Amino acid sequence: MPEKTYLQALNEALRQEMERDEKVFIMGEDVGQFGGCFGVTQGLFEKFGEERVRDTPITESVIVGCAAGAAASGLRPVAELMFVDFIGVAMDQLFNQAAKMRFMFGGKATVPMTLRMPQGAGIGAAAQHSQSLEAWFMHIPGLKVVIPSTPYDAKGLLISAIRDDSPTVFLEHKMLYGVSGEVPDEAYAIELGKADVKREGSDVTIVATSLMVHTALAAAEKLKADGIEAEVVDPRCLNPLDKYTIIESIKKTNALVIAHEAVQYAGPGAEIAAMAAEEALDYLDAPIKRVGAPFCPVPFSPPLEKAYIPDADDIVAAVKSIR
Amino acid sequence: MTPDKKTLVHMYETMNKIRMFEKKLQDFFAAGEIPGFVHLYLGEEAVATGACSALTDKDKITSTHRGHGHLLAKGGDLKLMMAEIFGRKTGYCLGKGGSMHIADLDLGILGANGIVGGGGPLATGAAFASKYSKADTVTVCFFGDGASNQGTTQESLNLASAWKLPLVFVNENNGYGISCPQCKSMAVTDIADRAAAYDMPGVVVDGNDVLAVFEAVSEAVKRARNGEGPSLIECKTYRWRGHFEGDACTYRCQEELDEWMGKDPIPRFEAKLVESGAVSKKEAAAIQDRIAKEIEEAVTFAKQSPFPDPSELLDNVYA
Ligand SMILES: Cc1ncc(C[n+]2csc(CCOP(=O)(O)OP(=O)(O)O)c2C)c(N)n1
Ligand SMILES: [Mg+2]
Repeated sequence: MPEKTYLQALNEALRQEMERDEKVFIMGEDVGQFGGCFGVTQGLFEKFGEERVRDTPITESVIVGCAAGAAASGLRPVAELMFVDFIGVAMDQLFNQAAKMRFMFGGKATVPMTLRMPQGAGIGAAAQHSQSLEAWFMHIPGLKVVIPSTPYDAKGLLISAIRDDSPTVFLEHKMLYGVSGEVPDEAYAIELGKADVKREGSDVTIVATSLMVHTALAAAEKLKADGIEAEVVDPRCLNPLDKYTIIESIKKTNALVIAHEAVQYAGPGAEIAAMAAEEALDYLDAPIKRVGAPFCPVPFSPPLEKAYIPDADDIVAAVKSIR
Repeated sequence: MTPDKKTLVHMYETMNKIRMFEKKLQDFFAAGEIPGFVHLYLGEEAVATGACSALTDKDKITSTHRGHGHLLAKGGDLKLMMAEIFGRKTGYCLGKGGSMHIADLDLGILGANGIVGGGGPLATGAAFASKYSKADTVTVCFFGDGASNQGTTQESLNLASAWKLPLVFVNENNGYGISCPQCKSMAVTDIADRAAAYDMPGVVVDGNDVLAVFEAVSEAVKRARNGEGPSLIECKTYRWRGHFEGDACTYRCQEELDEWMGKDPIPRFEAKLVESGAVSKKEAAAIQDRIAKEIEEAVTFAKQSPFPDPSELLDNVYA
């Protein structure tokens, strides 16, 4: 299978979906000739033209709302915000409009829009360009929340997100864009709401998302040296959440650690922990542990940023506290 | 309104300070010594300098992601700025903010801003506070052509006008928001035309002419202090560098850049100063030497300063 980067995989998904369905179009800031701030839309303007790859003004609330309105009017928009942090400007259009339209209108509206947004720290971009906000989106009924960790998943999940008839928030991690992996050339869809076991193990389940999947895999290698076999489960979607795969893993390992880059307090791990406590407590023989960012904005200075981002040692320590 | 000699000299110093500061950053960024992003103000020095020269120390500004020029023009400390941009503990924000978040509340600087359009509402608040507490201060909101399209900016223009706030909106129209040229992001040619929608004066000035900017902003400041409400001043200018350092700038052509570099605001101003006798060539050179030295000192200060300690991470989340 050919090797591609996460970024190339996303680009390929966009291209193939645009070839397949002319209702699919792209809009966002600098997504045209410039190719997107991180390069995800590179080459698409040249291939599909400015009608279908649309540069917008700096106007996030209209980017999101225009996507919702166009989606409700029969198109299949893929909108990009340059950084997830800018959703603050546009939140009303996402959570009061796009997410609720179908329900409020008694099932009459369909809003098949995809909103792509890069998340995460690691490039010294500081407090307003580095956050991980998946918990915000998980909390809104009506939105689907997709958060791929590998190039393979990125392509298959983006294709599914585009084909899905509900508004879907698609969260990329900027530190993953350059990561390579095997990606088929042809289009393929990965069902939304299906977790993937990234590593099998018998002693502890580590549920990790996005970049933290890779950190968890590194932690698992360290743990292996100490005789602990960790199973790493990547939910890939936070809504719908694949409870079944997580619980099956817990049944096997009897211990749960959850790792994400979002702020730990009221983060996505809180929901996963609560779900495990409600539905799998009998299988747990130790307290559930969470690893997430500390309760502060993302700092600028490199040593602070490094301390902010959870690392493999943090995950190892969490596992060792129960195993 | 012709500025006195002291003001003229100060303007000249400020423009050179911004120019040299940014050139230093350009070099250090290229050498990989600065983390994160830097958005340089090279070529736009006359806007911040002209506007801030029309303000008192008590007046306030809100800045942008391209903020170094505004901060220096409002009196920002070279050492503290440099240290912050280098991520050091001795910097303005203790290393927590970086280039896009430098602030000095004592100098009336309500912060650079990582969010395009983030400054307008804050400036509205600062201007409201001034009116509410009868403080006689004016706020200047710097914002780009790109930022002018954000709802937050338009809403701020409206509220400031409805409440007759002492606020001056200084638009820096450098023709682009990243790669997007003005003609693709709005149908108007002059952003100042939008002032009419809010029933406030809208003025277009040559943003590479520091005296023109000074004059227009001074007039607007006077209006604001008199309780006549906000104004919108559009300064036409150009950024010499890419949007951020590292931007290959494929969206614009060399001729355009050359044309604007030919309108370099510093030699234009210097020629006027020398011609009018306000500053001699020798004095101008001495000013440049002194500033170059101050900047070297700031670099030394920054580089010799420690990084913050991870134990400081959770400080200042709450008051
Ligand atoms: C809300 C928001 N949207 C997008 C960005 C990304 N961004 C940073 S600067 C910029 C362009 C700003 O253009 P303009 O206002 O003209 O200022 P200039 O960079 O030209 O000084 C963009 C799109 C951002 N920081 N915040
Ligand atoms: Mg601009």
